[in-house]
Amino acid sequence: MNENFIQINGISKHFGNVKAVDDVSFSIKEGEFFSLLGPSGCGKTTLLRLLAGFEYPTNGNLLIDGSDITALPPDKRPTNMVFQNYAIFPHINVEQNIKFGLRKLGLTDDEIKKRVDDVLALVKLEGYEERFSGQLSGGQRQRVALARALVRQPKVLLLDEPLGALDKKLRDEMQLELRTLQKEIGITFVFVTHDQQEAISMSDRVAVMSEGKIQQLSAPNELYKNPENIFVSDFIGETNFLKASTKSKDGDQINVAIEDLGDFKVKNNLNIPENSSDVVCSVRPESMMISRDKSDWDICLEAKINQTSYLGEMTRFYVEVSGINKVITVSSQHFDNQSFDNNTCFISISLEDISLLQKK
Amino acid sequence: MNEKNNSLLVYTLIYFGFLYIPVLFLPIFSFNDANYMSFPLAGFTTDHYEEMWSKRNLHKALWASVKVGVVASVVSTAIALLAAKAFVRYKFRGQNVSYGAIMMPFLIPEIILAVSILIIWINLGFPLGLVPVTIGHILFCTPFAMLILIARIEGFDFSLEEASRDLGENAWGTFYRVSLPLYLPGIIAALLLSFIISFDEFILAFFLSGSDATLPMYMWNQMRFVKKLPHVLALGAVIIVFTTFIVLLAFWLRNVGQGKEKQDIAIKL
Repeated sequence: MNENFIQINGISKHFGNVKAVDDVSFSIKEGEFFSLLGPSGCGKTTLLRLLAGFEYPTNGNLLIDGSDITALPPDKRPTNMVFQNYAIFPHINVEQNIKFGLRKLGLTDDEIKKRVDDVLALVKLEGYEERFSGQLSGGQRQRVALARALVRQPKVLLLDEPLGALDKKLRDEMQLELRTLQKEIGITFVFVTHDQQEAISMSDRVAVMSEGKIQQLSAPNELYKNPENIFVSDFIGETNFLKASTKSKDGDQINVAIEDLGDFKVKNNLNIPENSSDVVCSVRPESMMISRDKSDWDICLEAKINQTSYLGEMTRFYVEVSGINKVITVSSQHFDNQSFDNNTCFISISLEDISLLQKK
Repeated sequence: MNEKNNSLLVYTLIYFGFLYIPVLFLPIFSFNDANYMSFPLAGFTTDHYEEMWSKRNLHKALWASVKVGVVASVVSTAIALLAAKAFVRYKFRGQNVSYGAIMMPFLIPEIILAVSILIIWINLGFPLGLVPVTIGHILFCTPFAMLILIARIEGFDFSLEEASRDLGENAWGTFYRVSLPLYLPGIIAALLLSFIISFDEFILAFFLSGSDATLPMYMWNQMRFVKKLPHVLALGAVIIVFTTFIVLLAFWLRNVGQGKEKQDIAIKL
């Protein structure tokens, strides 16, 4: 397995004064399902278009499987793309759409037929050969777009928010299906999305982008459990930020004063320096416990429930703790909005679950 | 409600009456057995039509108009296609200035365009004839063709062209396999409109054609002699039928061999 299958070396792309992608370097492994995740305008789509060859970088170079593709036009690259709006050619039918990219590969008629049949079976579109794009549903169009790209057997498949136009149920199905498909054919996928849930549920690794830079590149569970900065912690899932300042280090741990709560000793994975006031503590809503009675956890606070939202598989509580001037979000699978009398409760936090992060 | 409908109907009838009754006189008098356009009609004859077969100058003028029309419509549509694509697809320096420059012949009086070309052409020492007429018609038709094509291309999804590049086609392959077929309804419309504008254009031809008369020039020359009027009426009637046929052909071409969905696309484009 090639660890540096796609190499992105010091890539920048400027549009006038705007740095859409700002000096980004990383590698993507062969056969990996890799996601570029970020809010709109973070540079993820520009980076994908640089890989496809629709844009050329201002600085830096791109390598795929050892060869430099920086200056190659899109038609000479070993990549194919699934477009956000699918871009199915409306004047030709499904079969002709899928065959479109085979013309220049020098295949025999038998080989073409086999490839088309195979890919139609792969995306479950047999029987739709004669249809035109206007006669297909959103999900079917997406399959045509996928088939049309995969039939060329690219080294890398680029996907630009392909699930954005589908309704939620279909989107969930397609997430699973895309993931299964990718493992089956083993082609490297580079997937662009603004949906953090989508990215972490499908990908082997995720690069979180903001303002043209990579904020963190990790496996999904690492992103969630060990965010490296406030942006990532905030963008992936939900969290509570508490103001804090660091004191002295103690081995892997560090003493912190959390505003309004007191002094605690927490883990210091990011090696944050002593005596810094530019830090926050992040606590996930589901890592806290909500209860009727006091607990013996590291931190236990009496709280008042402001607001609840019932989500079915869990309930989210928005609580106020006396002395902390901030609404804290706690989620629970055991309790719901009917569970507490007088809206009073206790919330408990384990020091294990506190992530210490540095402000910029 | 009823009254409103009636007044609208009256308005519609008057409108179409003004538009088409004068045109209808042409075919009526072209079958009238007299040299003058006046009622009562003198009797039915097809002599005026037969007369056209023997007029060698008419054939020459028709052939001249067809040549000029074909060259002018093809060249102006080609120029207009490239310009329309550039204006819709890209933002570039001098965009408004070049748009204005192409549109200029559409806005300035035709006679000024004609005189300007005449002066330059003569000063360059070239002979008058169909060549300067064609050049003038290209200038004159391009803005019309460009307006039609811009309207068509504006709704075009450019990710289709990117998809084609992505699937291994170079710029020419993409143009031929994706852009051209999808622009085609607009291109045909631009070609036909340019041809018809060129075919009945008079002022540029008047100044620039020299002794090579186009069809409108021929008709104008004949009008000066009363005896020659009737076969010009017949010619006019034929031109009306021919023009109607071309327009119907254009609509038929747009729809032929297309399924319902494709028609929708063609209309959108």
